[in-house]
Amino acid sequence: MIDPMDFLLLTKGPLFTLAIGICALGLAARLLEILVMGRKHNYSEPRAGEWLPGLRTVLSRTIADPGTIKRAPFNVVVGWLWHLGFIVTLLFFIPHIALIKSLLGLSWPGLPNPAVDLITAVTLVALVATLVHRLTHPVKRRISTVEDYLLWAVVFLVALSGYLAYNRIVTPYPLALGLHILCAEVLLIVLPFTKLTHIFTAFIARWYNGASFGRRGVQS
Amino acid sequence: MSVKDTSLGERLREHGISRRSFLNYCAAIASLMALPPGAVPAIAAALEAARRPSVIWLSFQECTGCTESLTRSHSPTIEDLILGTISLDYHHTLQAAAGTAAEAAREQAMQENHGKYLLIVDGSLPGADSNPGYSTIAGVSNYAMLMEAVQGAAAVVAVGTCAAFGGLPGADPNPTGAVSVMDVVKDKPVVNVSGCPPVPMVITGVLVHYLTFGRLPELDQYHRPLAFFGQSIHDRCYRRPFYDKGLFAETFDDAGARAGWCLYRLGCKGPSTYNACATMRWNSGTSWPIEAGHPCLGCSEPHFWDAGGFYTPLSVPTGVPKQALLAAGAAGAAIGGVVATKAKQRVRADAADRQPVTVDELEQKL
Repeated sequence: MIDPMDFLLLTKGPLFTLAIGICALGLAARLLEILVMGRKHNYSEPRAGEWLPGLRTVLSRTIADPGTIKRAPFNVVVGWLWHLGFIVTLLFFIPHIALIKSLLGLSWPGLPNPAVDLITAVTLVALVATLVHRLTHPVKRRISTVEDYLLWAVVFLVALSGYLAYNRIVTPYPLALGLHILCAEVLLIVLPFTKLTHIFTAFIARWYNGASFGRRGVQS
Repeated sequence: MSVKDTSLGERLREHGISRRSFLNYCAAIASLMALPPGAVPAIAAALEAARRPSVIWLSFQECTGCTESLTRSHSPTIEDLILGTISLDYHHTLQAAAGTAAEAAREQAMQENHGKYLLIVDGSLPGADSNPGYSTIAGVSNYAMLMEAVQGAAAVVAVGTCAAFGGLPGADPNPTGAVSVMDVVKDKPVVNVSGCPPVPMVITGVLVHYLTFGRLPELDQYHRPLAFFGQSIHDRCYRRPFYDKGLFAETFDDAGARAGWCLYRLGCKGPSTYNACATMRWNSGTSWPIEAGHPCLGCSEPHFWDAGGFYTPLSVPTGVPKQALLAAGAAGAAIGGVVATKAKQRVRADAADRQPVTVDELEQKL
């Protein structure tokens, strides 16, 4: 069996470089493809601007409309809960901030560790709830693909391994931290080539929608 | 009565160590090794009666820091005396003999105590396949000397991170092909007392355990005594509450550093380091690195020289080449651009090749 410290150094070193490289390459390729292709040229005379309605829709589509909330309250509430929990943990846990600072040079204040710990626990419970819902809801079950389950597992394992490492439930710690980093690397590698790309493309798609509404002079 | 025949108890009394402080020491050792209080008299009795086991100390690719750590107790502490009381038959730095006489003392001790002596090694050694000339003693390669000495040893104690894991000589690119004791000694029990240098009481703790129970202590997966290496620095750190509250020193001279906040962001490797510094401290319990305001370097762990910068937080990857990352992004952008341009060209070509069909034409064909 591989030595825990060897494993940690492997995940922190060459594997991380590989994962972040694949992620950068894949994301750049996919996003540039989308942006260069753009939309079909519209020859009609615009009734209003595109930029502002586009940006407005990026924000307004983040909040589900009343109809969706009424039809699928579970999706809205639990979906929001775990997305927010995941993002807060990713961006406001001090060791994550240190990592981002080392890569991008950007830094911001973090949250106290117990707060992040609690948020991660809530995120984990919410993620389990989404899986149970997916498996029990007849429509969701029918429309779910293998990719959906795999991506659920990738996201869940990242959060779970982080929780286990922080709470030092798996020992020795180098093994626990290495497992967490490895899970995050799997997420980075699959991110550009799966539905996870929505982390970036969701906002582009919303902007195109809003811009189209604006051009036609309808509510964005 | 020769020095060799005196018991440890007699030697301690000769040096004016009171029974009370001796029992205190035994109790501290017992609690450190998680032994029940009932074990204290047993330890005391065993130590008092212990005849000095022969110890051969081999120093290979090392800096003598480990020996310094063990011997630099200012007043004669009990640890110091125990170390002094064992029959240290061969130790380069400490023995009076030199040259041929020193080597003869080693040979003699090995013959007289064959199968019973404790072999302590500090420093790594060039491996079996490396150039033996990188480290020799009296013209004998470290590897040959270790293999010879191991034959008659009851057990081997690798003192310091170099002996335990290769340490500095074994750090990338490891020019001398340095290996640890554990890498080459497979047929004898090996105890690793890692640290750069190790805490003095840990080495005497191992000796006390050996003298008391006649066997080596329980070990972790790195062959380190669990009693001393079972808990991480982070778990026993007095600055841990600051970590939990999210209060970190950002530089060595900011308000956080002065207030004694957590040193994680200054590169502290406490979370991944297993050692007894936080509980036993250094210089007779005076202080320890984190208390002195310096992050833990993780010196008792394998590869600590190659585990990223000492002042880089634990969560930061070791050396992501920024140029490579930019190159990957640029390559991706190029691929995306080419794919999109091709798609656009195809759409335009399709539009140009379009051959409209009227309803009448279709009807005629049908």
